[in-house]
Amino acid sequence: MRVLVLAKEGVRSEGPATPPTPEAMAEFQKYNEELVKAGVVVGAGRLYPSSQGKRLRFDGKKRTVIDGPFPESKELVGGYWLWQVRSIDEAIEWLKRSPFDGGTYEIRQVLEMDGM
Amino acid sequence: MRSVRSSRWTGCEGVLGIDRRKSAPQEPGRRETLATEAHRAIEAIWRIESARLIAGLARFVGDIGTAEELAQDALVAALEQWPTSGVPEKPGAWLMATAKHRATDLFRRRKTLERKYEELGRDVEREQRGVDLDTAIDEDFGDDLLGLIFMACHPILSKDARVALTLRVLGGLTTEEIARGFLVPVSSIAQRIVRAKRTLTEAHVRFEVPGGAERVARLASVLEVIYLIFNEGYSATAGEDWVRPGLCEEALRVGRILAELAPTEAEVHGLVALMEIHASRLRARVGPAGEPVLLLDQDRARWDRLLIHRGLAALERAQRLGGAIGAYTLQAAIAACHARAATAAETDWLRIVALYDAVAQLAHSPVVELNRAVAVGMAFGPAAGLDLVDALLPEPSLKAYHLLPAVRGDLLRKLGRFEEARAEFERAASLTENVVERELMQRRAAECTAERIAG
Repeated sequence: MRVLVLAKEGVRSEGPATPPTPEAMAEFQKYNEELVKAGVVVGAGRLYPSSQGKRLRFDGKKRTVIDGPFPESKELVGGYWLWQVRSIDEAIEWLKRSPFDGGTYEIRQVLEMDGM
Repeated sequence: MRSVRSSRWTGCEGVLGIDRRKSAPQEPGRRETLATEAHRAIEAIWRIESARLIAGLARFVGDIGTAEELAQDALVAALEQWPTSGVPEKPGAWLMATAKHRATDLFRRRKTLERKYEELGRDVEREQRGVDLDTAIDEDFGDDLLGLIFMACHPILSKDARVALTLRVLGGLTTEEIARGFLVPVSSIAQRIVRAKRTLTEAHVRFEVPGGAERVARLASVLEVIYLIFNEGYSATAGEDWVRPGLCEEALRVGRILAELAPTEAEVHGLVALMEIHASRLRARVGPAGEPVLLLDQDRARWDRLLIHRGLAALERAQRLGGAIGAYTLQAAIAACHARAATAAETDWLRIVALYDAVAQLAHSPVVELNRAVAVGMAFGPAAGLDLVDALLPEPSLKAYHLLPAVRGDLLRKLGRFEEARAEFERAASLTENVVERELMQRRAAECTAERIAG
């Protein structure tokens, strides 16, 4: 199965703020490399702060464009992974091994085959 | 689509084939929930760790059989302890340390293996002196895993044995899961694995990453095994399902791991490219009632663009590494021609014919010739294709191959020779053991009858 891992880093992802330390970067890279070597990562990306994002709201025929930044600071997504795993439990296990020390990371299974 | 399709085989329930209730604490409620959670975590950890655990142990003890037993012992210990003690912070290192201690015990009992015991004893002492076990594992883990892949796919083993052993030790699948994937009795798979391990031990197959000319031959065997697993999932040879995506996923995963372990091997990337591109069509290959939908009839909007993108990138990597004339890379290039065409009508058949010519030059294969005939039929018309197919009719290896009459029927139908086409489709139906494929062939035969009457 595929899961989408959403990095809900909150206001952290809104920064220029403080860039991560070289140690933190190295630790993250080591972790990411392990995931890639295990054949888990099939896609990944970092997102610009929500101040550069847009929202489109639909109401019948009406379309409203809303400029960022978005207010729900805890729900703001800073990046994503697409993982190929055998179960949600495996995804949990991989995520537990990450060096992250803040934020919420959400695992969502991608609907495949049946739902398409 | 039937809902069992994607969940039946890839589901993780009972992955280890262990009845969770047995090890759960006696009183119900919260503690039982905790135990169940621990078991689910253990299953997931096993999937992540087992290959590298077995690989590290195999380097240590020299044979896969003992390595796997030790790993299983460590797993049993985890199942006994973790539900109450909690999952350790570094579960992989815990499993490895436990297995190594079991190994020490084992060798102590087996007095004949005195020398290895000493080596092992030293190693355990070193750990006890505070060497970071995790680092020690990390250092060699890539080569260990590669060694394990080469061992499981050793050419002295039969294809069936290599497939079963690879899924078992690299995929971390249980015997039951492998049996389900290949629709054979559990006892057969168990026997295959036991025999394979014995064969490796008796032949004194060394745990190593081969180099030079031997590496080429051994790597070919590894790629063959991965592709066999993929193809069994992609075009199930028997049973009621046309595809079994679980097997494709396992093969792709092993392929992707191998591409990271051996990044300079062009054909590894070629095979990964081929599998990624083929897998991109998985959901378009099956119709609403579970019936097969062939390549040119597929709704290309349902192709998985991410996998196509990954496949094309892997193909480019293979070609850059000089693999342009490798068998897998060439087949991936053919698959890429289809992937790049927005509609079936835009397919570059001339290029595909040229690529098949190149594949045919590598080795004579009647199956490749048959595929080439299809491409020629598309590029230069059905009569040209039929000439090539007819030349294959005396081929003994294709006598029972259902796709020969299927292709011939297709070409005859395009030429308006409906009665002959119908007979070919019926013959194809009688030759395949896959239920849905048989129905497709019977439907084609019926259509020919209808077209003959209408025409």
